[in-house]
Amino acid sequence: MTGLSFDVAHLLAGGLVLMSFTLLYQDRLSALINVFALHALVLALAVAWQAYVQHAPHLYVTAVIALAFKAIVIPLALHRIIRQLGIHREIETVVGVGPAMLVGIGLVALSMVVMLRVTEDADRLAREDLAFALSVVLLGLLMMVIRRNAVGLIIGFMSLENGLVLAAAGAKGMPLVVEISVAFSVLIAFIVIGVFLFRIRERFETIDIEALDRFREARE
Amino acid sequence: MMAAPAISLLLACVGGLLALGLGAIGLAAIGLARRPRTGALIYAASGIVSLIAAAVALNALLSAGPPALATLPLGLPWVGARFRLDALAAAFLLVVDLGGAVASLYAIGYGAHEREPQRILPFYPVFLAAMNLVVLADDAFGFLVAWEVMSISSWALVLAHHKDPANRRAAHLYLVMASFGALCLLLGFGLLAGPGGGYGFDAMRGHPPAAGVAGLVFGLTILGAGSKAGLVPLHVWLPQAHPAAPSHVSALMSGVMTKVAIYAFIRIVFDLLGPPQVWWSVVALLLGAFTAVLGVLYAMMQTDLKRLLAYSTVENVGVIFIGLGLALAFKAENLALAAALAATAALFHVLNHSLFKSLLFMGSGAVQGATGERDLERLGGLIGRMPQTAFAFLVGAMAIAALPPLNGFASEWLTFQAVLVSPLLGTTALKFLVPAVGAMLALAAALTAAAMVRAFGVGFLGRPRSPAAQAARETDRWSRAAMFVLVGLCLAVGVLPGLVIDALSPVAQAMTAGRMPVQAGQAWLSIVPIAESRSSYNGLLVLVFIAASAGLAALAIHRFASRAVRRAPAWDCGFPDPSPLTQYSAGGFAQPIRRVFGGFAFAARDVVDMPGPGELRPARFTAIVRDRIWETLYVPIELAIGYAADRLNRLQFLTIRLYLGLVFLALVGLLLVLAIWV
Amino acid sequence: MGLIRDLAIQGVQMLLVLALAPLLTGWVRKVKARLTRRRGPPLLQPYRDLWRLMRKEVVLAENASWLFRAAPYLIFAATWVAAALAPTFATGLMFSWSADLIAITALLGSARFFLALAGMDVGTSFGGIGSSREVMIASLAEPAMIMIVFSLALLAHSTQLSTIAAYTLSSNVGLRVTLAMALVAILMVAVAENGRIPIDNPSTHLELTMVHEAMILEYSGRHLAVLELANFLKLLLYVSLIACVFVPWGLAPVGSGALAALIGLGAYVGKLAVGGVLLGVFETSLAKMRVFRVPDYLGAALMLGLLGALLLFVSRGGLR
Repeated sequence: MTGLSFDVAHLLAGGLVLMSFTLLYQDRLSALINVFALHALVLALAVAWQAYVQHAPHLYVTAVIALAFKAIVIPLALHRIIRQLGIHREIETVVGVGPAMLVGIGLVALSMVVMLRVTEDADRLAREDLAFALSVVLLGLLMMVIRRNAVGLIIGFMSLENGLVLAAAGAKGMPLVVEISVAFSVLIAFIVIGVFLFRIRERFETIDIEALDRFREARE
Repeated sequence: MMAAPAISLLLACVGGLLALGLGAIGLAAIGLARRPRTGALIYAASGIVSLIAAAVALNALLSAGPPALATLPLGLPWVGARFRLDALAAAFLLVVDLGGAVASLYAIGYGAHEREPQRILPFYPVFLAAMNLVVLADDAFGFLVAWEVMSISSWALVLAHHKDPANRRAAHLYLVMASFGALCLLLGFGLLAGPGGGYGFDAMRGHPPAAGVAGLVFGLTILGAGSKAGLVPLHVWLPQAHPAAPSHVSALMSGVMTKVAIYAFIRIVFDLLGPPQVWWSVVALLLGAFTAVLGVLYAMMQTDLKRLLAYSTVENVGVIFIGLGLALAFKAENLALAAALAATAALFHVLNHSLFKSLLFMGSGAVQGATGERDLERLGGLIGRMPQTAFAFLVGAMAIAALPPLNGFASEWLTFQAVLVSPLLGTTALKFLVPAVGAMLALAAALTAAAMVRAFGVGFLGRPRSPAAQAARETDRWSRAAMFVLVGLCLAVGVLPGLVIDALSPVAQAMTAGRMPVQAGQAWLSIVPIAESRSSYNGLLVLVFIAASAGLAALAIHRFASRAVRRAPAWDCGFPDPSPLTQYSAGGFAQPIRRVFGGFAFAARDVVDMPGPGELRPARFTAIVRDRIWETLYVPIELAIGYAADRLNRLQFLTIRLYLGLVFLALVGLLLVLAIWV
Repeated sequence: MGLIRDLAIQGVQMLLVLALAPLLTGWVRKVKARLTRRRGPPLLQPYRDLWRLMRKEVVLAENASWLFRAAPYLIFAATWVAAALAPTFATGLMFSWSADLIAITALLGSARFFLALAGMDVGTSFGGIGSSREVMIASLAEPAMIMIVFSLALLAHSTQLSTIAAYTLSSNVGLRVTLAMALVAILMVAVAENGRIPIDNPSTHLELTMVHEAMILEYSGRHLAVLELANFLKLLLYVSLIACVFVPWGLAPVGSGALAALIGLGAYVGKLAVGGVLLGVFETSLAKMRVFRVPDYLGAALMLGLLGALLLFVSRGGLR
């Protein structure tokens, strides 16, 4: 790869990390969904760029899947869901933006160290891309941990998955089947969780997942 | 050449100070010390002696000759008391004696306020002499004796106003912490001397210990020197003891004695301990960064003016330790030039802090003398009543807030430059740590500005909040003279930082074996730490530009537009309230920052007690700020010691037979040990 | 010859920033008015306001001190000096080496220090509220700015603005993640430092939400004019800073002739116009946030700056 194509790939990967931080920062639900759409858009661009650089047409398919499902269909569906549930104006109370961002920075630093240590012999920028992908995964996990709302949970999960796709696109020779299966598994997970949302709501009149914990404690 | 005359003269100065102390004891014994003139005489004499010593130290620093040695037939019989004057010692002697001279000048006027001068006069010259001796000492024995004399004389000064129970408590805590620090240093020197028992510094320098022992000595030095300098979490005594002393002594303790502790750290770690290891720098950087941020956050929460300043001392010690930590890191990785840059930044900040912190403490002393108040909530409006003190305090506040073109900015800028060359470092931990430390340094600097706006804005601006503040009068001329000397020094050092850097370069060279480029030849007296395309700063031009453009703007507007002025009541959006209590208070001013950082640093909570409709009691607002370090670290230790003491207390009530039995058992035990080991 | 050219550029720059600053603010106001379908005041209105204020007499509060009267000029001077040192249309300013980016940040810090003190001088409750909030904002915005400076300085090996601009112009920059992060962070900081929506509302008259306006509440006449001008200058300074670092194209390089300077001037005015439009659109599309959301916002800027610097530290030369 030439300098420029590397730079663009690097910038897009870094942009994905930036988007993950924006997800951590944003605590209004509808804005959160919009940011997630942006997250997926950046992912689609990154994958498309990889397809162009590696001359791997199957990656275009992946990019289109990411764009269609994660940047358009799922955000629209989520918007519908929160409107139906009447929580589109809800502001989640998070752990606190400051500490969450601090932990996030620590996670990025950690993934940098791990990736740069493990892949000593690979190219420097490629290693950093892998490190970015790992950071996105960790940040997604962090988001799942600190969000109280189930919608935040879903978005955290899907942003985590975006990180996996990024890593997969960067590694040459990833077969299409794997990616499609990953994409569908996410879709199914989304549907399942969506159904669950309504079920939870019916039973507990809230989708705050702490309500589930309270229910469990009450039973014990 | 830095020959024997310099060191002899310095020792003579120390002797003079000690004689003054003894003389004061004599005068106190015959009851003459209560007279104001006696006090003025002793302070004047101390000031002159300190000034001479400062001049000698400055000369020694600038001439940069080989180290001068002297031995006096005192102390241990086979060692004698050995003294050494090298570049490092000269630089710190300059700080000590300059601070001592200005504080003495201030005390000539301020000392007249004291009710019991006989509690201060004997100890004051001894305190000055002991600080000189610590810096001059060239063997562990002399060093520790001088260190202890310094601790005990300052402890006596803290107890000068012993009627106040808070002061007694502060002095007690100080004594405990000082003993702890001295014990750590004692053990450290013991390890350094090794089994051979070479207590001279040259012997230690010649045989640096093995890596493991060196690490242990480093840890002990951090504990010993750090507890004196006020590193978090060993700082707890400092904000209680420094404000308790009379203000000229507070200025010395904060501005100068903490520097002596930093000297001890530099002397042991950079000079005696051999090549540094990377993890030392990690420890120093971490401690420095946390000290800087926590210190200034604590300062932001205080309403006692002197305590606020004492916490800000804690912050500045943190900044100095960040510089020293960087120097250690660069030295450990053999980057000599960068190490010299970081060490110079730290030394420069040592000098600067001694200047502006003395100035600020003197200003707060003047306020206390004029109003009898230290509580910001009962001050206000002093800029009208004490204009000169207010101006001096403002300059000190600007300097400590690192605003260009004053001196605080110059050293802070150098520290930032040192952070910026740190990508050269190879160690992973440092690669992550240094940018984070840089961010914390910037945070501390910004918070300092906030704390100083609060201190000056609430204390000197606005309307008087108490009758005492209303009736304040400008302080005496000696105090003002001392403050304006420091104002001039702050400005001069800030405008001509290149001269200071050049003067400090032999010290940095002795510490790190590197040398910064000579600044004296730079165009327009600017400072260029590495290369001009990288970074440069010119305090003189910045000052000239600001003065010129402000003057130009004022002139043009007054000439061509309008110069009419009318006095009227304050506007305040149309509903001014005559009561000064409607002004923003110190607590209210700190509230936004308390809300942002307080939860994490102090578990701060706001409790609002709002009476319901129809109730007649007043609404109450309480801000709860807890000291987490005290609660998690010191309270358990206190409890454990109390518990152990209770257990041991039983030994006091045994029968004689049992006591004899104990003695017998101890004897047999010792004999057994002998039998097994020998 | 070179000296005269440099001196001329320095002089032109000082006058240029002074002359253009009110225009930029007028432009932003115009854009905002147009976006909300109002006609808005004429572009030159800020100049008229300044001139009128300058000729009016000053009404001083009875207990105002000398600091209150001196502060406007000091604030103006510090801001003007800072603005004069950031390259606008040409690099190689005569005195740009006398203060680097860190010093420029600190100069703005001095201006704020005096502004916050001036707010407390008369001893009114509104002045205090403004000062107290201002220092809270500054205590986060300044470290964020320093972290951005770190990122730029590590990339360009320099804290000198001219060198950084030259570095961005050179071909070996490429697209850097750190630059992207620094850009986002500096935009956030610039919005906060200039008291624009969503941090503060420059045209508010609701007392409890004011920050900047609350501090200058007691000022009138020429003092107010000078403070307003300093505020205009600060906005211009931030736009020029961002333009100089991130889009330096068109800057007249060292040693070029009058034509290059003219091109640079044209490019600079164009950049200002674009910056003004972007700011107007940004402000119109957002609502002001609560005061206690501001730390989150600025904390995010600080974290971004830190992250950018961290990436540079780590990627430089790899790990050993």
